[in-house]
Amino acid sequence: MFTHGFMSFAAVCVTVACLVIIGGFSLIIYNLSLFVSDMEQQNRVMVYVDETYDTGAAKSVGSKINLVDNVREAVFMSREEAVERFVKDQGANETFSGINPSDLRDRFIVTLEDNSKMEETVEQIRAIEGVAHISDRPEIAEGIVTIQRVLNIVSIGIIIVLLVVSLFMISNTIKLAMYDRRDEIAIMKMIGATNRFIRFPYFVEGFLIGAISGAAAFFMEWGLYDLLANRIMRMQSMQLLTIAPFREVLLPMVLTFGVAGLFVGMFGSVMSIRKFLDV
Amino acid sequence: MILFRNVTKVYSTGSRALDGVNLQIDDGEFVFLVGPSGSGKSTIIKLLTAELELTSGSIEVNGYKLETIKKRQIPYLRRTVGVIFQDFRLIDNKTVFENVAYGMHVVGASSKEIQERVPYVLELVGLENRGRRLPHELSGGEQQRVAIARALVNNPAMIVADEPTGNLDPQRSYDIMMLLESINALGTTVMVVTHEQELVNRFTKRVIAIKDGKVINDGMDGYYINEET
Ligand SMILES: Nc1ncnc2c1ncn2[C@@H]1O[C@H](COP(=O)(O)OP(=O)(O)O)[C@@H](O)[C@H]1O
Ligand SMILES: [Mg+2]
Repeated sequence: MFTHGFMSFAAVCVTVACLVIIGGFSLIIYNLSLFVSDMEQQNRVMVYVDETYDTGAAKSVGSKINLVDNVREAVFMSREEAVERFVKDQGANETFSGINPSDLRDRFIVTLEDNSKMEETVEQIRAIEGVAHISDRPEIAEGIVTIQRVLNIVSIGIIIVLLVVSLFMISNTIKLAMYDRRDEIAIMKMIGATNRFIRFPYFVEGFLIGAISGAAAFFMEWGLYDLLANRIMRMQSMQLLTIAPFREVLLPMVLTFGVAGLFVGMFGSVMSIRKFLDV
Repeated sequence: MILFRNVTKVYSTGSRALDGVNLQIDDGEFVFLVGPSGSGKSTIIKLLTAELELTSGSIEVNGYKLETIKKRQIPYLRRTVGVIFQDFRLIDNKTVFENVAYGMHVVGASSKEIQERVPYVLELVGLENRGRRLPHELSGGEQQRVAIARALVNNPAMIVADEPTGNLDPQRSYDIMMLLESINALGTTVMVVTHEQELVNRFTKRVIAIKDGKVINDGMDGYYINEET
């Protein structure tokens, strides 16, 4: 086994590198999705009701808002509550202490199902009778969703390319190992060894390359991630970005590296063995 | 038993190596297959070990019908036919004992069976004192004996040898033939491919002669090639 020590080592190195990059992209995607769902909560749409409506009439506007397709929920906040909240938010600031409920409008805090359709949804809500004004920040939400989409597509592309690279690397290593022992393989066939018997050691070699690479890549990823996460957290004093601790994604990461490593290892060796034995 | 019925083999290059070959070799026979270079002798051997597919006709070897054999049955067919080549085909970095043991190992024999059987077979071919040597430390004749031991080790129904003495001097060639004859005497069918007329004529055996892919003679009258046909 590992007749091609150098080739096997090179295959492990390339596979580790590919897996680390694949893992890196997965982690970026994961953190971004956390960030987006954070933003989603901050990015609620505030719908203000015409001030001539009394509380009852205002609440009935809410049921119409709820009928709009993309609306997850519309939570009513009366002008009195709004004043209370406002005053509380401003703390002891005297300027606002004299504010009256009648100066404000009743409102709904509307959460959407899908942020990417915010503009349409806002238009639909605006068309409802009794809606006086909507405050939203669609540019930000859409911007982030677009980034997320692009990143997803790019990542999937990169992941596929890197998987193919690892596959190719392992499959070539096995092919070379088999080529090196082609005389012995010919002898085995002549004596009546089954293909299964001939394949087995090469399959094991591919499996081991995959398994070793998966394990090595996992621990490297963990170390790198913690290092980078620390750096980022220290760099930004405002803590605008929160980065998920690696422990939170430990299990999915173990699975990702395990499955990816074993997949490229076993599939890579099977690919070359198939080609080789059918000659 | 080997049974060729109207066997034709045309290579993908268009070369017609065998053309309507009929032959039957029964269990326990010793047969020489002779003919000039390029007459189709090796093609016959490659067909009967299913290394090649036949173009038309039918071949039966030890109960396997080769025109319909399934890929996964081929190893089991090969276990019934021990093959020997001119170039020995030993594994250089394994000792004599290991080379012979390998023949049993690849068909899944236990190490107990291997330890029992290999010394017996090495003794049979006269190499009982050579077990620890590497192939390159042996003479050509001895290397061919290792190959014969490996072919025999799984107790095949027949031994097929393709120019087994092509690399050996006349005395060593004769010794190898004697060895194959004694193996035949123990009940194994033997087919020896050769174009060495003198060697063949030192034995009184059935000789099948082929030329241009056709059987031109089959009998006990020694090496016979009628150059006019
Ligand atoms: N792999 C091959 N591809 C094409 N033609 C071949 C091949 N092997 C043998 N032949 C041709 O088939 C004929 C018989 O070859 P072979 O069986 O090797 O003869 P022999 O063993 O009697 O010398 C020859 O004409 C040879 O050139
Ligand atoms: Mg030949």
